Amino acid sequence: MDVTKQKDKIIYALFWLSGLIIVAILVSIIGYVMVKGISSISLAFLLEAPRRAGAQGGISTTIAGTVYLTVLALLIAVPIGVGAAVYLEEYAHSQSKFASIVNLTAETLAGIPSIVFGLFGFVFLVIFLDLGWSLLSGSITVAIMILPTITRTAQEAILTLPREYRENSLALGASKWQTIWKVILPFALPGIVTGIILSIGRAIGETAALILTAGSSLGMPMSVFDPARTMSVHLYMLAMEGISMDRAFGTAFLIIILILIINYLANLSLRKFSQAVR
Amino acid sequence: MEKTLKMQSQNLQVFYNQYQALQGINMDIEENKVTALIGPSGCGKSTFLRSLNRLNELIEGTTIKGQIYLDQQPIYSSDVDVVALRKKVGMVFQKPSVFPMSIYDNVAYGPRIHGIKNKSRLDEIVEKSLKAANLWKEVSDRLKSPAARMSGGQQQRLVIARVLAVEPEVILMDEPASALDPISTTRLEELIGELKNHYTIVIVTHNMQQAARVSDYTGFFLSGELIEFGKTTEIFVNPLDKRTEDYITGRFG
Repeated sequence: MDVTKQKDKIIYALFWLSGLIIVAILVSIIGYVMVKGISSISLAFLLEAPRRAGAQGGISTTIAGTVYLTVLALLIAVPIGVGAAVYLEEYAHSQSKFASIVNLTAETLAGIPSIVFGLFGFVFLVIFLDLGWSLLSGSITVAIMILPTITRTAQEAILTLPREYRENSLALGASKWQTIWKVILPFALPGIVTGIILSIGRAIGETAALILTAGSSLGMPMSVFDPARTMSVHLYMLAMEGISMDRAFGTAFLIIILILIINYLANLSLRKFSQAVR
Repeated sequence: MEKTLKMQSQNLQVFYNQYQALQGINMDIEENKVTALIGPSGCGKSTFLRSLNRLNELIEGTTIKGQIYLDQQPIYSSDVDVVALRKKVGMVFQKPSVFPMSIYDNVAYGPRIHGIKNKSRLDEIVEKSLKAANLWKEVSDRLKSPAARMSGGQQQRLVIARVLAVEPEVILMDEPASALDPISTTRLEELIGELKNHYTIVIVTHNMQQAARVSDYTGFFLSGELIEFGKTTEIFVNPLDKRTEDYITGRFG
């Protein structure tokens, strides 16, 4: 029996182990959260508004706050991010000064800690523009945070499309805009959606920056100018202020479920889409 | 019969940044004939082809001097609508590049872009174009299936159908058979023979026999110059330039 073969086996086992560790971490975290949180979950927990700072009642207003905030942030960030990606990949010349500044800016934005955005949002949006603690302030702040991710992923998706698509489309007499709208964007969509999913995860998980900009009101937000508390902020408050650990875990459990559902829906729509085009 | 000039190149020079890819090309392209462009890699034949529908401009740093005429009208002029030009001068590329959509949608792409929305009109165009590209019989029962599942030869004929759907007058082909097997290549050559009754065709090819088989005129390019241009029969049987003779007899290239 040669040593090489033995070595191969050991190395194989190590790689296998790495895979196992990943699975084990995920399963144990989700399992732990589930076990601890499941007792709090009930229809009332989902549908009722919180009472006594969350010690009683449900978390309906924070679910609404999370959904509103995420959707609003995407409505702001997706058009700008995809627009910037189209500009950089389709319109800008390779030596364009402005394009390289845009690229550099997007990279730098991606590296800034979210609390800094929160501070900016607080000073500029909440106080200076007098938007107050509101869904609008919070979602603009989150939109700025996720903008680099959306731009980058959209850029990469556009880059991977074969140059032939563009040339063929243009050679058929399509204008540049028609080519972008009918060929480039539809076929870059899976990549763009990936960026959106990553961004949703980030928006749902954000806490500190949102406490500074969207506030932590437990009321049901009725307009974009109302303050709102997201589920992650609620979780933080419940745990940090010792209101109820069980309810914190219940909220955590629902956050995980929400993220799983979003991932599943995104995958589903992607598969539908790729079937349609392939 | 009086011969009609479809396109004309007059002292065409193309530069990529500092590099001069074409050195003053003069060529007459006759209507309803096949003109073949041959020469070794990097000789400028593809650059010349891509000048005929102004596709070179897409490459950054390209400068073009001289003029090309389509039906006696200059195409390099500020008042020329490039989109309208490319509608008239269609192009088939080396790699069959079908869009990741259905067979039907591939063919209907051009007409839709040009504003045709009527379903029965589109159906008509798709059928006519696929028939003209000798593809209708093979795909008429699966028009809605994805184009990417077709064979390479079928894909190349689909690309041709897609070009025909825009009703061009000139069709440019850039080594259209280089990615095809021999049977598909034969079918493509037959198709070119049929298409020239209605269209003017300019084809770049690496394959000497192919040029001899399909074309009426042949131009031999070398290092950005048009060394010799004339009737294919004359070029192949009785080349005037030593370099042309060396190339077509396979002594280099």
